[in-house]
Amino acid sequence: MTAGETNRAIEATFRIERARLIAGLARLVRSVDLAEEAAQDALVAALSEWPKTGVPANPGAWLMAVGKRRAIDALRRDKMRERKHEEIARALDGVSNGPAEAIATAMDDDVGDELLGLIFTACHPVLSPDARAALTLRVIGGLSTDEIARAFLSSETTIAQRIVRAKKTIAKAGLGFEVPRGAERAARVPSVLEVIYLIFNEGYAATAGDDLVRPDLCLEAQRLGRMLAGLMPEDAPENAEVLGLLALMEIQASRLRARTGPDGVFIPLTEQDRARWDPLLMHRGLDALARAEALGGTGDDRGPYVLQAALAACHARARRAADTDWPRIAALYDRLRVVMPSPVVDLNRAIAHSMAFGPEAGLKLVDEIADAAALRDYAPLPAARGDFLFRAGRLAEARSEFETAATLTRNVRERAFLLVRADACDGKH
Amino acid sequence: MRVMVIAKANEEMGKSMAAPTPEMLEAFAAMDKFTEELVQAGIFIAAAGLQNSAQAKRIVCEGAKRTVLDGPFAESRELIAGFSIWEVKDMDEAVAWAKRAPNCMPGKSEMEIRPFYEAEDLAGFVTPEELATPREGTRGKLGVA
Repeated sequence: MTAGETNRAIEATFRIERARLIAGLARLVRSVDLAEEAAQDALVAALSEWPKTGVPANPGAWLMAVGKRRAIDALRRDKMRERKHEEIARALDGVSNGPAEAIATAMDDDVGDELLGLIFTACHPVLSPDARAALTLRVIGGLSTDEIARAFLSSETTIAQRIVRAKKTIAKAGLGFEVPRGAERAARVPSVLEVIYLIFNEGYAATAGDDLVRPDLCLEAQRLGRMLAGLMPEDAPENAEVLGLLALMEIQASRLRARTGPDGVFIPLTEQDRARWDPLLMHRGLDALARAEALGGTGDDRGPYVLQAALAACHARARRAADTDWPRIAALYDRLRVVMPSPVVDLNRAIAHSMAFGPEAGLKLVDEIADAAALRDYAPLPAARGDFLFRAGRLAEARSEFETAATLTRNVRERAFLLVRADACDGKH
Repeated sequence: MRVMVIAKANEEMGKSMAAPTPEMLEAFAAMDKFTEELVQAGIFIAAAGLQNSAQAKRIVCEGAKRTVLDGPFAESRELIAGFSIWEVKDMDEAVAWAKRAPNCMPGKSEMEIRPFYEAEDLAGFVTPEELATPREGTRGKLGVA
């Protein structure tokens, strides 16, 4: 192996261990910042040691042992908070001087628990959803601030500051990096799911810019969702929603490559080439949904993610667009607007009803919500209205709606799609 | 990127799965633990072990001719014991994970990691017009999942 190859192998190993390493260190030193620094120090040590000694049999335990020593050193240097940290340092000494095997055994016991604890801390409701997303991508996903900034079309400075502030908030709130238990855990799960879905959606429905989809963010969110589903206690009732979100993301991701045409133009669901949907991901999604439903997610207690996954599954199960069970979709939306009241859900419900019961049914529902403040300047509203009018044969009105939608969207690709639809209104004259 | 990790057998496991030996149980447990790590890391997509080549058939294609051969097959280097599909960031990550897989076979064995062809790799096989036109059915022209 050349030096370059060795370094790449070490960095790949580090990437695998990084989140668990930070999680273990954070729980000991009660600081994400210090844990991250100590983990980085451990990587530097590995890069200098492993080329000589070879990668150790248990690289995770090796990195953790070094990380702990570095964390203790850092704490000792920190005169400001001397007393409190002396106590922690003393407690740490006993562990860190043990052989790597002992640490490995200790790690095996609660490694999943520590990682889950870090996820719950990074996604704590004291932080804003944006701050949670940035911090989660940084400490769990291992993305650099630059990568996160590019993904969110933000500046590196903004993201870096957001992460610094988030870490400070966590420290100030005295969060303990533990996995909440029982009812507390059930109450905290939604704030974790919200972040993962925010990351997924930022990739899936790129709100601005030239690309309609940023698949890297989708992949990162799917990985986080799979991780969470793998780490959560299997039979916890709140796991239904975890699996629901995972199912939703896997099914939506299965359509990623069918959503854009050869010129990058957006293709709506009903016009997609279903043969290009990814059956592997789709089946994973349907499996996750089945597991969610087995946890009790079939009746009126279904949460928003299980319902949305069930909606996505309706499309996934239809081999041709014409086979879509629109009445079932309309019924699921009727339910979704109860558990997740939102004008956007109402809009989608109107679309579903238009497909199930005709454009007039859609127009009736969409006119009920047209005044909602949240939908002002919301491109999908006139786009949907335009579609209903088009199908009802009211072409002049349809054209004007499509044009309004085109001026409202910030996405270049979507605008092109809407203008094509506006032009099609003329073709029928 | 998605990869298939192909585990190759160095010799045929003649033993029946119905009556596992202690060694087989140990190997199974080790593989189960490793799979759990892959699941928790969020990279595991699918995996399966394959029955030995006594149960296998080969279809030899020569032009229009097809000849079916019944197993078992002698060339042990060609025998595939199982596969696993992972979604990883790059080949380095795949290699780092594969090195952690337990060696469940006696003596020396081999794994091979092959990246999937994704649709964009096969752009030359499909015209933009074909891509823009929905097809009926569940299989794409590219036939890649």
